[in-house]
Amino acid sequence: MSEEVTLAIDGKEVKAEKGTTILEVAKANKIDIPTLCYNEKMTPYGGCRICMVEITKGGRRKLVTSCAYPVEEGLEVATNNERIRKVRGMLLELLLPLADTGPIRELAEKYGVTKSRFEAKPTDCILCGLCVRYCAEVKKVNAVCFTGRGTSRDISPMPEIAPDICPICQECNSLCPAGKIVELTQDRHLLSIPISKKKTIASG
Amino acid sequence: MVEKLKSASELTNLRERIIANRDPSKSVVSICIGTGCTALGAKKVVEVLGEEIKSKNLEERVKVKQTGCLGFCEVGPRVIVYPEEISYFKVKPEDVPEIVSQTIMKKDVVKRLLYVDHGTGETATTLEDVPFYKHQQRILLEKNAKIDPKDIEDYITLGGYDALPKALFQMTPQQVVELVKKSNLRGRGGGGFPTGRKWETTRNAPGEPKYVIANCDEGDPGAFMDRSIVEGNPHSIIEGLIIGAYAIGAHEGFIYVREEYPLAVENVNIALGQAQEHGLLGENILGSGFNFTIRVHRGAGAFVSGESSALISAIEGTVGEPKPKYVHAAIKGLWGKPTCLNNVKTWAYVPLIILNGVDWFRSIGTKNSSGTAIFSLVGKVNNTGLVEVPMGITLRNLIYKIGGGIKDGKKFKAVQTGGPSGGFIPEQYLDTPVDFDELTKVGSMMGSGGMIVMDEDTCIVDVTRYYANFLSDESCGKCVPCREGLKQIVGILNRICAGSGREEDLKTLDDLSELLRDASLCALGSTAANPLTTSSLYFKDEYEEHIRNKRCPSKVCRDLIAYYIKPESCQACLICLRNCPVKAIAGEKSIVHVIDQEKCIKCGMCIEVCPFDAIEKLSPAVPPTASYGIKVTPKKRR
Repeated sequence: MSEEVTLAIDGKEVKAEKGTTILEVAKANKIDIPTLCYNEKMTPYGGCRICMVEITKGGRRKLVTSCAYPVEEGLEVATNNERIRKVRGMLLELLLPLADTGPIRELAEKYGVTKSRFEAKPTDCILCGLCVRYCAEVKKVNAVCFTGRGTSRDISPMPEIAPDICPICQECNSLCPAGKIVELTQDRHLLSIPISKKKTIASG
Repeated sequence: MVEKLKSASELTNLRERIIANRDPSKSVVSICIGTGCTALGAKKVVEVLGEEIKSKNLEERVKVKQTGCLGFCEVGPRVIVYPEEISYFKVKPEDVPEIVSQTIMKKDVVKRLLYVDHGTGETATTLEDVPFYKHQQRILLEKNAKIDPKDIEDYITLGGYDALPKALFQMTPQQVVELVKKSNLRGRGGGGFPTGRKWETTRNAPGEPKYVIANCDEGDPGAFMDRSIVEGNPHSIIEGLIIGAYAIGAHEGFIYVREEYPLAVENVNIALGQAQEHGLLGENILGSGFNFTIRVHRGAGAFVSGESSALISAIEGTVGEPKPKYVHAAIKGLWGKPTCLNNVKTWAYVPLIILNGVDWFRSIGTKNSSGTAIFSLVGKVNNTGLVEVPMGITLRNLIYKIGGGIKDGKKFKAVQTGGPSGGFIPEQYLDTPVDFDELTKVGSMMGSGGMIVMDEDTCIVDVTRYYANFLSDESCGKCVPCREGLKQIVGILNRICAGSGREEDLKTLDDLSELLRDASLCALGSTAANPLTTSSLYFKDEYEEHIRNKRCPSKVCRDLIAYYIKPESCQACLICLRNCPVKAIAGEKSIVHVIDQEKCIKCGMCIEVCPFDAIEKLSPAVPPTASYGIKVTPKKRR
């Protein structure tokens, strides 16, 4: 049983099925919202925060991730105002030193970031989790997983599973916006050594 | 084997029977074996007391009761002798014979064990006379002194489980919800969300089964409010949960306790077993037809798991990480079902509200924040510990009347409320009433109730760095603002404390704070900037001193201070020289000592040992050039 709601995205009135996300509705209406950790095949993750938009509801404004926020009647959405541009710029400024690669540099430049004020160890990974989630949700094999917490969060191949799967699958390679996963899933050497040493290699 | 209670009257009969069997004139010695008192040796006191009572053949006349925490841990172990309520502090095993022979046998007070007020020098015989307790209003913590948490009968005697039949037999679930709504009870986990409204949402949400959860994942440094209630009075939470479940229509509940609280886990499990045995949990509770069970979930110790969606993930068996939740847990929570999650304190208020009524509860506290608040008052105050006060008390009264003012006569600098992500409140806002709304106005928050007092010797930049570090460590690492933003904040604050701060750092910190507040996935991230925002707002000059003048006004940041021996004061006693762990001090008899700044590691040992006050800390770290060979100017030794 679907219910139709009317909302406004960037001043444009659109109709959508209740419960679909702002991002899906925007896409269907050809309104561009940038994303990094989003993929339609997987559950919204809300990690990269790039897809944040400003909503007005009951006179109050707040920022939400469009990939996860379900649309409702009368919602007003701004996808590209000054506040949003600032948030996206800051996020990209934080990500750029980690992975100065094609898609991230391109997006950063779009939001006016050519040089970051921040220093960080380049890891070629922004921990968007696309590989991890693809492996878990779509392939259902969990060959690549998150390890560690907080600032020591990392992505590692699981030694019991990865050596058999990764060399022949490689499907997550094309999802990665940064490049680390290619190294992880193709490195035969990495996939054939004990986990304690792998961790060191994986985190550079 | 305990017989299951099958009706409200059977419970009343049991209560009357227990009370009738207890001799009111019998001495009860209540000893706190909460974590603090146990660490100070309470278990040994209990042991010696048992032996002493046995050897004096007093077993019939005295009962020893091991209870939970009363909050004033720094003067533990705490012993109270009832019915006279004579309270002793800092009791050692060797004091026990005197307590037995004087207080228990002769009803005499052992003066030297009484609390002495360090300000006035007055002694206090009962708990109520102790200034630390005098200004408190203890509705949740009061019973901890009288209850052995491992004995359900103690709780029942004091009117425990009296609210339960009232709710089950005299009220409809809807009436219970209405009552809680009217009481103005707000969530004590920190958010202050109206509890009744949350219950109503869960109750009305489609989907079965529904769940209730008590959150005891207290992870703030220095906080032990929730711990003390779970350890000391677990049945109050259980009773609250049963009533809540009845109101909401849930038949399964969870108590989420951190594994690092072993006594809490033990006591709550014992309490659940006893409640089950008595027919207060399980099927057909008190013959009402209502079924409800509670399971304990032991948390694996992550600060972020206190966040509702992370806690729910943890119970589901996955990693305790927050999820983007635009549909509230009350509608879609545990396993996608309507779930009501409240802090343990919130649940513990419920039986009291049912028993004493809405008006009673609303008569305590302020208009929009009813009831009491429990804080863990720590830091540079004379009296530290758990305090329960009516909402609306001013910070000044809390710190000066209950806390006894700042230690060693130092000057107050700031108080942080709400745990590691609370803001720093300066002197000019000390008359702010403590409640959910007022604290937010000055840039801090109620949080779960941590309260840390800082004096003039605290460097604001350094302490901000400490909290940024803590939160960065505790971040789950899922979202970019929190993981990368906090990492950068820590880096910049490290730089400022090391004297290499840059002029543009303040602007960068502001940008990062704003990002954290606006764009973080959960409340850990969005509140993480509070210490930074408030410190750079109220203490901007300290940041500027660090950055521009390489000076730490409180003389804390090691890279910005130098130790210097004043030639006119040094008596060449050789004490500092001998105590210096890196042999950085040169000197000989009658020759003024000199610190080699290159070698000095700034440990402060020399200042501590100098009998002549001849050494001072200087900031910026540019001491006057000291030449070796100056003769001493003799002075009288202090």
